[in-house]
Amino acid sequence: MDELDTEPPLVVVPGADPSARQLCFAWGPAEVLVCETLFGRAGQGGRCCRALTGSIAGTGEGAPSSSRVFVVRRDQDIYIQTLRKLFNESHGIFMGLQRSEEELAGKSRKAQLVQVSKNYRSVIRACMEDMHQAAVSTRDPALQGQYSTQVSILSAMELIWNLCEILFVEAAAAGPLLLRLLDWVRLHVCDVDSMVREVLSSESPSKHKLFWNVVDVFVLQGRMDEARHLLSKEASANPTSMNMYKILDDLMKKMPVPSLGNTQTLTELELKWQHWHEECQRYLQDGTFASNPHMESICKILLGDEEAILEKKELMTTWYHFLVTRLLYSHPTVKPLELRFYAQSSMDLFLGGESSPEPLDLILMAAFEFEMHQVIKECSIVLSNWWFVAHLTDLLDHCKLLQSHNLYFGSNMREFLLLEYASGLFSHHSLWQLGVDYFDHCPEYGRVYLELHIERIPLSTEQKALKVLRICEQRQMHEQVRSICKIMAMKALRNNRLGSALSWSIRAKDAAFATLISDRFLKDYCERGCFSDLDLIDNLGPSMLLSDRLTFLGKYREFHRLYGEKRFPEAARLLLTLMTAHIAPCSFWMTLLTDALPLLEQKEVIFSAEQTYELMRCLEDLTAGNPDKQKFQDDDVETTKVEMLRLALARNLARVIVKEGTVEGS
Amino acid sequence: MEDVSAKFVSQKISRTRWRPLPAAALQPPDLFATGSWDNEDNRISIWSAGDLGNAGLNGEYHGEPHLLCDIQHNGDVMDMQFLDQERIVVASSTGAVTIFRHHQNNQTLSANHRWEKAHYHVDQDTSCGGAACTGVVCNNPEIVTVGEDGRINLFRADQKDAVRTIDNADSSTLHAVTFLRTTEILTVNSIGQLKIWDFRQQRNEPSQIFSLAGDRVPLHCVDRHPNQQHIVATGGQDGMLSIWDIRQGTMPVSLLNAHEAEMWEVHFHPSDPDHLFTCSEDGSLWHWDTSTNVSEKPSFLHQGGRSTAYLSHSTINQSVVSAWLSNDPTKDRMEITNLIPNQTLSVNSLDVLGPCLVYGTDAEAIYVNRQLFA
Repeated sequence: MDELDTEPPLVVVPGADPSARQLCFAWGPAEVLVCETLFGRAGQGGRCCRALTGSIAGTGEGAPSSSRVFVVRRDQDIYIQTLRKLFNESHGIFMGLQRSEEELAGKSRKAQLVQVSKNYRSVIRACMEDMHQAAVSTRDPALQGQYSTQVSILSAMELIWNLCEILFVEAAAAGPLLLRLLDWVRLHVCDVDSMVREVLSSESPSKHKLFWNVVDVFVLQGRMDEARHLLSKEASANPTSMNMYKILDDLMKKMPVPSLGNTQTLTELELKWQHWHEECQRYLQDGTFASNPHMESICKILLGDEEAILEKKELMTTWYHFLVTRLLYSHPTVKPLELRFYAQSSMDLFLGGESSPEPLDLILMAAFEFEMHQVIKECSIVLSNWWFVAHLTDLLDHCKLLQSHNLYFGSNMREFLLLEYASGLFSHHSLWQLGVDYFDHCPEYGRVYLELHIERIPLSTEQKALKVLRICEQRQMHEQVRSICKIMAMKALRNNRLGSALSWSIRAKDAAFATLISDRFLKDYCERGCFSDLDLIDNLGPSMLLSDRLTFLGKYREFHRLYGEKRFPEAARLLLTLMTAHIAPCSFWMTLLTDALPLLEQKEVIFSAEQTYELMRCLEDLTAGNPDKQKFQDDDVETTKVEMLRLALARNLARVIVKEGTVEGS
Repeated sequence: MEDVSAKFVSQKISRTRWRPLPAAALQPPDLFATGSWDNEDNRISIWSAGDLGNAGLNGEYHGEPHLLCDIQHNGDVMDMQFLDQERIVVASSTGAVTIFRHHQNNQTLSANHRWEKAHYHVDQDTSCGGAACTGVVCNNPEIVTVGEDGRINLFRADQKDAVRTIDNADSSTLHAVTFLRTTEILTVNSIGQLKIWDFRQQRNEPSQIFSLAGDRVPLHCVDRHPNQQHIVATGGQDGMLSIWDIRQGTMPVSLLNAHEAEMWEVHFHPSDPDHLFTCSEDGSLWHWDTSTNVSEKPSFLHQGGRSTAYLSHSTINQSVVSAWLSNDPTKDRMEITNLIPNQTLSVNSLDVLGPCLVYGTDAEAIYVNRQLFA
């Protein structure tokens, strides 16, 4: 196993007091249960496991303080209301990316991937705006602080994502690379925007005290047209130094920039740039700008003078701005792989040993060094959610950049991170539905994870159960389908909803449970003398064949219906079949025979001689075959019943012999 | 689909309903209500569909829906319906039925009246009592609710106790209810039955039972044709759309293969009943259009209601009457469009009124389409 390269962060559980008592814990799918043990600080580590069971059971044997169990959630960002937009919207993009398989080749595939990346970023930005709005509109200072933190985290995520998009997804080549980086800096260094706005909106910008700062900002960000526009205002106010302005303006205008199209080759650009650079050098050396320190420093910046650029440190605010400015004015045709040297030295120069790099700096540095895995690793450690790394890794994987890398655990990094993210979603009471699709796209362990998680979804209503069931049925997860239906059937049974319970067990094709419920129906019938839930039993259809008992229930009800409709011969035949074909459980035979009584007592003869013999045999089987003979002898009612049956059968036999004899004889 | 505006709302939406328009209103609907489910803290929210003031020259509206007010709701919102312009009846998974009032002058919502245990299991006093109320339908002032307990309740908005309760009306779960006539209701249940109940009869038995043949596929939603009351549409667990003629037979007139999973809602367009809308767990929303099948019949669209003038012509009348019933899927006379191409999560609810459609999904988004027939 690798060594840990950072100290694991300390999590303080509010309310728990580790200084007084030892804490113990148990892992859950996405959270940890922590509780205080009975043991004081002095106890040995090994003993805390034994205490665990006692505490969780909550028997309250120990001190009152030890009966509390804390749930420590790992993926806390999942619970932030505003971020749910991020999760939901990005889920759609994620699904789109998985569907867009590689039918497109080369350029169009790359364009597609860049578009996906941009979509992800726009979702982050939209979420950031919402969060910002929330921060502005809330009055609660604690909440405001929380929102502001989230805004800065989201903004850092977007910054990193954008850089990864330029370097990895788009993989911009020398030339366009610099333009992309310039855009990146312009988009993200917005601390100076308010200053620019203030100066531009003042009555005469050139008189404003921050005028030159704004010009510098434009130059540092390579926004030449805007810088020239401002300078022209200053020039018109100072006719004496007109010439100087003209020269600077000319230099800025002529500065060669890489073009996005293929109109010029890199060598051409380098030649032009060399020429322009020499021209600037000449003007600086002959002291053209000596009279105006501002313009002289601009000229030095144009020449890529590091000292001069570093002087504007406050205007750049970050080392990566410095890096891009430096590249713009000294190495405009920088190649992707050379970036790392400039990045490292820029950071060293900018920070100048005064401050150590922050985690964000290290992540960006890793990106400039094309250490993709380092970027993902650092992000996983620093960011408080799995959303970012899971989606970024998935995108990079679709760019075919991560294939060589296999972890010593799980399958590959993409799948590992997606599993972590989706598990987090599943621990949320409402976002679990999103997690399902993520698991679907984890080829190796996704299904196992889904199976384990889906069983733990609380089924509060039938509608929710149906949704979970649909997820399982679509994926042929028979075991889970069975268990969900069983849970629902059990619930219905507990609520005395036999009809519902039967429906659920029919859906699960759970024969044993259907038998159990059928028995309940029959028991209810024996007690009350009438059937409940007729609408269901009358409409069982083919599902009646699920279990023997259910078949019997359906058929027995059919007997009652026939009887009610006065279709006696059919009813009699059915009743007899129920016993002779052993569809009816033995315990129910007595009831069936009793049901035969009124048929035997009808005016016209219904049972044929043969049928009567069968009935008699059934009765004898029942009385003789029953090992529990005592029951019949002890119970007066039962004895009377048997006697009455025998009498009725004998009388029926007499009548039928006469009748059959007459019919055949005539 | 450029006219659809979407908003992510950070809660899974179980129901969306347009506020009814006052009689003789010419404007399209502007306010709708949503209810959420499966949240720790579920809410009823009132939204403005978008700013009318921003209407462009060609009648497009811009701007996403924005929240006017919301209120906490105990339990999942299982169903809801506007009672009138101001009041909404909401069915909860706890078994409660609540009337919320929307105060339009100061944009607030308040609970107006609540029947705490309208639906319950076994015994009203036991703690495990509440059973989810799955469907509600109103015909001011009457409110009918059905639930997982198979019970049917008839309430009046102004009375504290139920006017009529049919215990054990159904042995399985009742999934939805709608009015057939003023005293008759239609219910669908989880064993594929459609039942008619007549409140004038004192017997606690349905006056008629219709059922799907064979597999007893659960039915989840039901709607009645607004003008021809004998035509009823239901949607089932297998995504099938069934059209029933309750004047004849006990089986559906036609079964139309539709969605791949549970159909959660079906609605005839209230003023253009040639159009039908269905939404499903598979994340699709379908627009069924039978108006194009008879070429000589002039379109009724954009006329704000059924046009009786056309019905006077007897042959056309014939074709209108039979638009849904005579429909033979093999003749391919129905135009069906899926309004959501790339959706993945369930569309739980939809509502149509005038040219506007609103729907809500498990992906925590609500969508408003203001130019349905453009």
